[in-house]
Amino acid sequence: MEQIQSKISAKNVQVFYDDNQAIKDVSVEIEDKTVTAFIGPSGCGKSTFLRCINRMNDTIDVCRVQGDILIDGEDIYDKRVDPVQLRAKVGMVFQKPNPFPKSIYDNVAYGPRIHGLAKSKTDLDHIVEQALRRGAIWDEVKDRLDAPGTGLSGGQQQRLCIARAIATEPEILLMDEPCSALDPIATAQVEELIDELRTRYSVVIVTHSMQQAARVSQKTAFFHLGNLVEYGDTATIFTNPQDPRTESYITGRIG
Amino acid sequence: MSAVLTALVFILAIASFFMARFRAQAISGGVPSALHSRPSYHGFFSFLWVFLVGAGFLITISVASNWHMTSTLLSMAEDGLPDAPYIEHQLIVSDAQALAEGRIASKSDDLRQAISARYADLANVWIWVKVTLVAGGALIAMGVTQRTVSLTWRARNHSEAIVRLVLAAMAIIAILTTIGIVGSLIFETLNFFENLDWRIDKYLFGTTWSPLSGVNEGKMDADKVGAIPLFAGTLMITLIAMVVAVPVGLFAAIYLSDFASRRVRAFAKPMLEILAGIPTVVYGFFAAITVAPLFRNGGDMIGLNIASESALVAGLVMGIMIIPFISSLSDDVINAVPQALRDGSYGLGATKAETIRQVVLPAALPGIVSAVLLGFSRAVGETMIVVMAAGQGANLTANPFEAVTTVTVQIVMLITGDTEADTAAGPAFTLGFTLFCVTLLMNVIAQRIVRRYRELYD
Repeated sequence: MEQIQSKISAKNVQVFYDDNQAIKDVSVEIEDKTVTAFIGPSGCGKSTFLRCINRMNDTIDVCRVQGDILIDGEDIYDKRVDPVQLRAKVGMVFQKPNPFPKSIYDNVAYGPRIHGLAKSKTDLDHIVEQALRRGAIWDEVKDRLDAPGTGLSGGQQQRLCIARAIATEPEILLMDEPCSALDPIATAQVEELIDELRTRYSVVIVTHSMQQAARVSQKTAFFHLGNLVEYGDTATIFTNPQDPRTESYITGRIG
Repeated sequence: MSAVLTALVFILAIASFFMARFRAQAISGGVPSALHSRPSYHGFFSFLWVFLVGAGFLITISVASNWHMTSTLLSMAEDGLPDAPYIEHQLIVSDAQALAEGRIASKSDDLRQAISARYADLANVWIWVKVTLVAGGALIAMGVTQRTVSLTWRARNHSEAIVRLVLAAMAIIAILTTIGIVGSLIFETLNFFENLDWRIDKYLFGTTWSPLSGVNEGKMDADKVGAIPLFAGTLMITLIAMVVAVPVGLFAAIYLSDFASRRVRAFAKPMLEILAGIPTVVYGFFAAITVAPLFRNGGDMIGLNIASESALVAGLVMGIMIIPFISSLSDDVINAVPQALRDGSYGLGATKAETIRQVVLPAALPGIVSAVLLGFSRAVGETMIVVMAAGQGANLTANPFEAVTTVTVQIVMLITGDTEADTAAGPAFTLGFTLFCVTLLMNVIAQRIVRRYRELYD
């Protein structure tokens, strides 16, 4: 039964950069319509594992992935799977806001255009507006959709990037420390947004802030030195961790 | 003599460095922090003063002594032979100097002997003056700077100020040279236009270029200095070159930056840079001897009449020459597009082609445009290839298979021909000035665009 519920299912995943093993035998079941947080000290492999889920690691020459990752029961590392199609289904938001040097409108319309999601100009306008509304940035930019996306403030840029990612209608949204470059107010806005996104997507977020993990996620995975040490309900991990390493980390003794 | 003096000044300066440094160390009593400036700065300050005073005296006195001796000897020659032309006076003086130094003179007579003796006297005096002043100045500078060494003396600030002045002086030399060149270009251009009775329109819009055939008593025929055929030829060859170089260079850059594996890149990039290192004269005879006959024979086979000197061949080879410029600069700007932008595009499910076309190239476009403009001004100013492969006749045609000529070729013809320099200089300088204006404009535009590009990611 549980097998069917999980959106992403990773089994014995190992990742190597040349001869360095970054991920050691990680197996995890990530549920649909849930926010899952990956926490752990720097260099523990949480970002690497996140990038395995949409095969962004393919763009790094020396990176090798072993083991199986299944999304909706389909092995994404199967030879028949096109990473381009996979990434349309698994959106990603990066650590640093990276709007394209184009207008705000074109930034959001980029994904729908390349995937042919809009049948007409009005259709595209509608998609862009919806994405910007769901990205909680519509009110701030609706009067200047032609202005360059790079001219927005850091927090606005990050919400624009989130809007850009959800405009392609992904099923899963991966977020790699989306708030690390933002101030507390912008962080609060993005976190609120993540909570809303949960109703439609499966969200996986890598974060350095344990408070953030506690605030936004329902499930938490703790990584340490490439191992998945502990995975479970966020409330349990933070109040009653099973592994001593988890406890040390969340109480601030390591990491 | 000057070489010995230079060496002496240098040795004194180095000695002064060590002495001042030693003094500073001694004063500090082994506590470096007691000094305002570290001992090396005291030494450096002393070194700078000794060297600059010595070198400055050496240069000033050398110039002054030369001027004094030449003018004295020339006036002697003038007094001896008042009717002879200036050039003969110069010959006599140079003969006299040769006699005095034991070299071979063209002729030896009483006047030459007299001047020679005077020269020997003068030279003798000046050498002692030089040695005394240079060595004395350097020694005084040495003494003074040794005495200034003290705990509170700000040697670091002062030597930095001197270095700043030296750097500024070097920058001023470069700037003055540029101003001098541009000034002489403008001056000669105005002379030329004056010679044409200010018919600048005839130069800019006339269609017959044969300036030297219309010279009449130093006056140019305004109807024969129409530069349109040269501008047209230059433009045609440049355009052909750009048509070859832009696509090849740009696509090579895209391949190298986004598709090539690290091994291919490590091999291909230096190869392209070697292409940039081939002297243009080699491209020139490659065009004239290898490519031109190939095209002529190939044209014959398919019934095309391609002249053995043609705009097509010159433009083609010039395009090959410019490829590394465009590919290397474009490669740099494409690489400068942050990986985060590419990741963002891939993360949305874009293919590599979509990412390059819609994200990378637009972001790099200003840089690419400026690379193209730099290539363009390079092509406009290129000389050797067109001299050998494009032809010399000022032929106004739109047919790339015929011989045309360019601005640079005509400058070469004017200056290397056997025409009197005064006559040939006018049109040559004017063409040069025109070329300068065009390339300057291109470079300014290119730099503007690059600056706009830089603001994008800051």
